[in-house]
Amino acid sequence: MKQLWLTARLDIVESLRARWFMIYTAVFGGIVALLFLFGLTESRVLGFIGLSRLLVTYIQLTMAILPIFVLITTVRSVAGDREAGVFEYLLSLPVSLGAWFWGKILGRYLVVFAPVFLAMLAAVLIALVKEIEVPWGMFGYYTALLATMAACFLGIGMLISAVARTTDMAQGAAFMTWLVLLLFLDLILLGVMIQGRVAPEVAVAIALANPLQVFRTAALALFDPQLIVLGPAAYVILDAFGVLGYKIFALAYPTALGLLAAALGYFIFRRGDLP
Amino acid sequence: MIHCKNLSKSFRRARVLDGIDLDIPLGERIALIGSNGAGKTTLIRCLLGEYTHEGTVTIDGRSPRKERTAVLGSIGFVPQLPPPLKMPVGQLIEFSASLSGADPQQIDAIAARLGLDVTDIRSRPFIRLSGGMKQKLLIAIALGRDAKLLIMDEPAANLDPEARKIFFDLLAERQQSATMIISSHRIDEVAALVNRVIEMDLGKVVLDDKVADDVSLSGRYTCRLVSRRVDAALAKTLATWNFTADADGLVWTGEVAGPDRLRFMGMLSRYIALIGDLALHEAGQ
Repeated sequence: MKQLWLTARLDIVESLRARWFMIYTAVFGGIVALLFLFGLTESRVLGFIGLSRLLVTYIQLTMAILPIFVLITTVRSVAGDREAGVFEYLLSLPVSLGAWFWGKILGRYLVVFAPVFLAMLAAVLIALVKEIEVPWGMFGYYTALLATMAACFLGIGMLISAVARTTDMAQGAAFMTWLVLLLFLDLILLGVMIQGRVAPEVAVAIALANPLQVFRTAALALFDPQLIVLGPAAYVILDAFGVLGYKIFALAYPTALGLLAAALGYFIFRRGDLP
Repeated sequence: MIHCKNLSKSFRRARVLDGIDLDIPLGERIALIGSNGAGKTTLIRCLLGEYTHEGTVTIDGRSPRKERTAVLGSIGFVPQLPPPLKMPVGQLIEFSASLSGADPQQIDAIAARLGLDVTDIRSRPFIRLSGGMKQKLLIAIALGRDAKLLIMDEPAANLDPEARKIFFDLLAERQQSATMIISSHRIDEVAALVNRVIEMDLGKVVLDDKVADDVSLSGRYTCRLVSRRVDAALAKTLATWNFTADADGLVWTGEVAGPDRLRFMGMLSRYIALIGDLALHEAGQ
């Protein structure tokens, strides 16, 4: 356990000094600042006003940015460290491979989750100061959704880092993964179904398997239970699960997917050449 | 201490280690030499349990791959290229000391002996240090614990003569209690440090021989050199070896570490036309 915490701490310190972390923090802090600046708390969409409108916009933007950011920065730094000889040196120290791998994940998880959460928390604090009503239920669920999203894509990133032997290959694989998930969002599924080439059950199964779609549906379901703005795939899914069931699924499935990917990554890492 | 039996390693179709058989007892100082691609780094990484391989590798009867923490706890490693770590120096010392159960103050003390004051650079990122400072710190981390096996890849390449002298002293202090493997491209860089040479080529051991050397690691040579005329380049070079000149700047005296004498002579050969007289005596003889 001591080795795990030491490795996690090491990864946190390394990340806090990295340029990607500064950009990452600036992006999410900047989004919240811009949303306040453009007066989103005063605008009204679908009957929502105040901080809930801002949170919905924030979570939508985060969903677009966080997955690719986490994937690319994770594979870049892990595969980059391996290429640069960091693994050769640090793994010559008496640290178990389990403590090293999971410690790295733990440290990295805190680093990728903290800025997105703190930016949202800052929005809530500003709202409290400005005496704007805070939708605490929405804030709580979005926090859980962000935590799940970070875990899911971090796990996938660590799996790619364990498989790819070079930074270029790892970056390419991470980008392709994100692109494939993006292509199978609701709009593509709708198009495929209209053409009638895929059975609706398959389209629904793909939407359920795609963590990006799962997050998107869960986030929208909070303020649009009728799913007016979503396509038919998401509507069918929500009809089968119910709002609460889907909200639970949207937290459990991506977490399990991330953990499974990380476990597979650890298995590959442990069996292969380390540096 | 170290036992390798039919050790082989391939990367895709390239066979980088090809059936290596080695037995290295405690207290031996090995020069692991060979050209680029000979398999030195791969062998070192197998010893550190970082590579999977065919055949067997054991250190004190244990597999470095399967019993990582137990085996690596007794190994001090100095890489050829310092890793680009962004963490502060203080944290690197703390991290490595915590993992290996060493006293961070012992690491600080060895760094200080090598001429590196850790107090001044504790909060500085490791990557921002100069090449020599990085090398001194990595040596201090490797020697700052109770290591039975020291694996060093070109450890003295970035050190100035004074630091090299102290580095040899530090190795001499461990001579009886530790096995040392010092990797280098060239035998003349490490010949004076070792008592056995293992040369590798194309993944095989092509030479395994003992070295006869009567000069101990901590031996010293006093040197007196007379220059035909005052020369700025020679003066600057001799100053880096801590030599001092007389009032005319023609007669230079100083001390050279025993294992460094070959390197010293190599340096002097560049100024041979300037040298009028040269005397080199083993100190205390």
